[in-house]
Amino acid sequence: MKAASYGRAPAGTQPNYLYPQYVSTCKRSPKQPLILLPHTLSELTGPVFGHSEIGENDNDLTHQHSGEAQGERIIVSGRVLDEEGRAIPGALVEVWQTNAAGRYRHRVDQHGAPLDPNFTGCGRVLTDREGRYRFVTIKPGAYPWQNHPNAWRPAHIHFSLFGAGLLSRLVTQMYFPGDPLLPFDPVFNSVPDENARNRLISDFDWDTTMPSHALGYRFDIILRGRQATPVEVSP
Amino acid sequence: MTTPPTASQTVGPFFHLGMAHLERGNFVAQGIAGERVTIRGQVLDADGNAVPDAMLEIWQADSSGRYGGEIFPQNSATPRFLGFGRIETDDKGEFSFTTIKPGRVASPDGSLQAPHIVVTLFSRGLLKPLRTRLYFPDEPGNADDPILKLVPQERRSTLMARCSGQRGAKNVPENAPPKIFDWKIVMQGDGETVFFDY
Ligand SMILES: [Fe+2]
Repeated sequence: MKAASYGRAPAGTQPNYLYPQYVSTCKRSPKQPLILLPHTLSELTGPVFGHSEIGENDNDLTHQHSGEAQGERIIVSGRVLDEEGRAIPGALVEVWQTNAAGRYRHRVDQHGAPLDPNFTGCGRVLTDREGRYRFVTIKPGAYPWQNHPNAWRPAHIHFSLFGAGLLSRLVTQMYFPGDPLLPFDPVFNSVPDENARNRLISDFDWDTTMPSHALGYRFDIILRGRQATPVEVSP
Repeated sequence: MTTPPTASQTVGPFFHLGMAHLERGNFVAQGIAGERVTIRGQVLDADGNAVPDAMLEIWQADSSGRYGGEIFPQNSATPRFLGFGRIETDDKGEFSFTTIKPGRVASPDGSLQAPHIVVTLFSRGLLKPLRTRLYFPDEPGNADDPILKLVPQERRSTLMARCSGQRGAKNVPENAPPKIFDWKIVMQGDGETVFFDY
């Protein structure tokens, strides 16, 4: 029996469940070995989202209220590709982030920074036929957290993606180049492989920077995809 | 030349902001075939403490064992079963959703898998999601299910919902009220749930 297969991530390119420097992993990471699952229809299929999920200003986080959001306007764009560089069209991309002051519009965020009445911090978009996506937003702020004394998260945007099938499901975070907090952040540094880690940092991009309007940042995202060469599957 | 997939990062404690739009406690519309079931559960950490900031994503086949694929518009005239849902835990770490019992789906060797729901768990403290499955008790297919067979006998019960013997109140004219099942997800320690790598 032959079937197209999904590869597994090379060692070190994904975080482990346990990373003690990120304290919350200590009580929430399994101790028993994971069971390696052959890929069945249940993992190869997955939900497909259409334009009914996307609202009019879901790709412009600066214009979801009566006034314009406070802060440094930025354009975040990129492509969603598989491991071999093929575009993934129709992928649902969901993002959430703090406002310019580093505060989430969320009931459990106790940070004493101000809320912005004109900024929610949530967006979504579907990738186009070339796998491209684009958001207008404001640059998020750094924020303190309780992980260790004087802990601060570097500025980041949370990304959630649905590609083709559950195997390609990904939730990640995008960071900004030159952020002085990156070397101290246990979430970022949980990725063992340096190249894989640094691919979470967006690139400043003149091509998408709009004169007199907004700086551009590029962030390409790679999802697991079917390998081109079918491999033998034991019956 | 291939590039490894982008690294996973935690959803953190504030995912509600970006994810809530797909949260639904009831995955079935009137007119969709199948036995209604309600799954009540709780997510616990290594100390047995409730995990109040977790999110589950559900993926399952319809009652005839077919996977959907396209999300149904919520006001569509012909109801379709998507088979996808998203639920958050509450302050007690508890969650509940109502769906249909899935049919049997083919496995790679052509045999049939027992009815199961694929569950992906996200939370603060999870740098990548935990993936598990929920099976139903007393299913004749459980004994031969190729995935359950990979799980050591003594741990299989962690994947098995327990029939509470109760029925829920929710009802639509052509269906009986949902049968209620209970299930715990233990992230670490005594009774740790079986998690899969795929
Ligand atoms: Fe965050």
